[in-house]
Amino acid sequence: MRRNVAVLAAACITFFTAPVAIAATDGEWPMAARDYAGTRFSPLTQVTVRNASQLRLAFSFDTGVRKGQEAAPIVVGDTMYVVTPYPNYVFALDLTRPGANVKWKFDPKANASSQGVACCDVVNRGLAFDGGRIFLDTLDTTTIALDAASGKELWRTKLGDITKGETVTMAPLVVKGKVLVGNSGGELGVRGWLTALDAATGKVAWRAYSTGPDRDVLIGSSFKPFYAQDRGDDLGVKTWPPEAWKIGGGNVWTFLSYDPELDLLYYGTGNPGPWNPEQRRGPNKWTSGIFARKPETGAAIWFYQWSPHDLHDYDGVNENVLADLPLGGTTRKVLLHADRNGYLYVVDRATGQVLSADPFVHVTTTLGVDLATGALRYNPQKEPKAGKVVHDICPASPGGKDWQPSAWSPRTHLLYIPHQNLCQDADTYETSYIAGTPYVGADLKIKTGPGGFRGQFDAWDPVGRTKAWSISEKFPVWSGALVTAGDVAFYGTMDGYFKAVDAKSGKPLWQFKTESGIVSQPVSYRGPDGKQYIAVLDGVGGWAGAVVSGDLDIADGGAANGFVNAMRDLPQYTQKGGKLYVFTLP
Amino acid sequence: MSSRFLSSVLLVAAALMAMAHRAHAADRVVRFCVDPDNLPYSNQDGRGFEVRLARLVASEMGARAELVWFPLRRAFVRKTLGAGLCDVIPGVPAAFERVLATRPYYRSSYAFVSRRSGPGSFDDPRLHHMRIGVQLVGNDLAATPPGHALTRRGVVDNVRGYAVYGDGPAPQRMVDALAAGELDCALIWGPQAGYFAARAPVPLEVHVVHAPADLDSVPFEYSIAMGVKRGNTALRDALDAALDARRADIRELLAEYSIPTLPQPATRRPT
Repeated sequence: MRRNVAVLAAACITFFTAPVAIAATDGEWPMAARDYAGTRFSPLTQVTVRNASQLRLAFSFDTGVRKGQEAAPIVVGDTMYVVTPYPNYVFALDLTRPGANVKWKFDPKANASSQGVACCDVVNRGLAFDGGRIFLDTLDTTTIALDAASGKELWRTKLGDITKGETVTMAPLVVKGKVLVGNSGGELGVRGWLTALDAATGKVAWRAYSTGPDRDVLIGSSFKPFYAQDRGDDLGVKTWPPEAWKIGGGNVWTFLSYDPELDLLYYGTGNPGPWNPEQRRGPNKWTSGIFARKPETGAAIWFYQWSPHDLHDYDGVNENVLADLPLGGTTRKVLLHADRNGYLYVVDRATGQVLSADPFVHVTTTLGVDLATGALRYNPQKEPKAGKVVHDICPASPGGKDWQPSAWSPRTHLLYIPHQNLCQDADTYETSYIAGTPYVGADLKIKTGPGGFRGQFDAWDPVGRTKAWSISEKFPVWSGALVTAGDVAFYGTMDGYFKAVDAKSGKPLWQFKTESGIVSQPVSYRGPDGKQYIAVLDGVGGWAGAVVSGDLDIADGGAANGFVNAMRDLPQYTQKGGKLYVFTLP
Repeated sequence: MSSRFLSSVLLVAAALMAMAHRAHAADRVVRFCVDPDNLPYSNQDGRGFEVRLARLVASEMGARAELVWFPLRRAFVRKTLGAGLCDVIPGVPAAFERVLATRPYYRSSYAFVSRRSGPGSFDDPRLHHMRIGVQLVGNDLAATPPGHALTRRGVVDNVRGYAVYGDGPAPQRMVDALAAGELDCALIWGPQAGYFAARAPVPLEVHVVHAPADLDSVPFEYSIAMGVKRGNTALRDALDAALDARRADIRELLAEYSIPTLPQPATRRPT
């Protein structure tokens, strides 16, 4: 492990800007990111830099499911709700009882065939609570409302079709009585959408597609994108070869955020798909970008494309964290976004203007972002082409950062970014076969990036546009981040360490060895006894951990789209798991 | 003991052993993983030349074919042979590194399918304005060989892709679109092209195409073999022997399914 500590600007710490409306009381964690701003910041202060070393296991709970656990447990009142990967069980744990026994368990009886459709393990990224109901998205594209007290099913709505390659893995968000859900499956030619359901009835209120004519994308007179290239009629059709938009991807598979003052929802869209970039010339709107929409109608307000005509599988779906920052002498309402393409964007969230975009990892595929036009400048030497060998494509397909969400502290003004340090070679071409059709595909080999480590946990200063500090890890840091008002930041590693570090300096404070690697989202809550707790699930998996959770052959480096090549040693360090761990001070 | 008596005893013993062997063989089961909805290869209703081939080869081995229905899509080798679900995948490219392949039992190429007087080569200027269907395969960056040939010629805007996922096999949807006049031509892998074109409601032409000279790194022709788990040479050798013994039957079976075949190249293990 390596640690670089940079001096922090004192001004950053002294500013305290109110985070965007936290609906919950301070001890709860009612949605995956805790708040609409997506901060993953807990205002609890019992656990501090001084006492974090004394954290002890309070209780644990085995979910019995042994696939990649990417979810955040949520906590409302005296109950914790845990969702597993497929079969998507929901457990309600009674926090008033010693050991937190199970109040109820819900089995959605999701269609088993959905397991074969999901691209990258059978993960679920979390539940949402609103108005006495728990909202669950199952892998087979069903959204289900449960009575939070009893676990009784209130309604269920089927949103997609697994035979067409659609699945759902994202965490829903509930805004103004609407449950927001997006689909996965871009690799299979699935057209991406975001759907709003009435929280009381499950009736579909609106659906906004990520490709196609303006009426399907819900682009109308209120659509005012900041940059010229995003203005025009039916760009979701015209920026593709004819009809290619119908199978164009742009899926919505991680998290949404919401600003109640501007009344805008924010979410990213997945990469264009599914074929070779040479077969889909044009910017391929509205893929690999971000939409701001009105929650009532879904009407698009602005859009910005992180990676126009994506060449490298850089989905634009990473979380958007809302913060108010002192920039250029005024306080700006911005969103912070660490993209797969390797840039940390600061974007004016009212207008969609990019205020800064700086690389947070080693980048060779592009040469920077032109702030005047918003254009990402590609490096032609790293463009993939059939039959062409290209080495050192950085970042690799999983990007500088994948789905694993960052955390923002309004106290330190730092964004805590868990991510990977990977490059890839499009090296040899090998014969492949799918559904009875032979072809020759690129043999992608993902490999360790410069420096010899595969993961990092960074604190990024978006005002100073620099890394405040960085911790290097052997494996990709595929877990989410958590930061607390005690100025302690938490993350987990794929080899099974749950770690606490000083949020200001990155100094290690505490670690706990879990049975399996960690790829989930840690949370913090106040228990019925008034104590602060920290909770996390182990259970390695997801795209990075599929070598363990999917029993992949380590000799087959091309498995999991080339990710196994970079993860051959993971099975020596960890095993399958699926257990909740909850810690507190003595 | 006379030598005559001894040889009689040996003969009886040999006969008994042979009977025992046969009885044992009849109990033997070879499990084939086949796709439940992927004609002309296989369909859960029992149609498909791979279904017939599995039974043919198993009986030649003195065994019974058990069909394990599994969609042969993403990561199918790991989920089938790798998971111990079955012993044999009846059709894979002979050069497919994820399995141990038998000797190929047929070779084919991609083909143009169209109504009368359609294109037969990538030099046909009509390709720039015809409505063309191509199969979409696998992951990002992957296209079928004819898909690459079209993009090299700048033929992009008039090309429509047919994804693996959908209602029924993609080549069937493509041939339906040709018959309905929604496409002018389609580029389809030979076995699928031949089978569906021959069964279309309108007469369709099938022209086998060869890789254009500028695309030598992307082969159009593939030899198809059976695949077993890497390391299982005993089963591979047994399948090789059975495929060899039933060569004439297999040729007939492929013809029955209208599959265009090409001669195997001279090399022992062609790509």
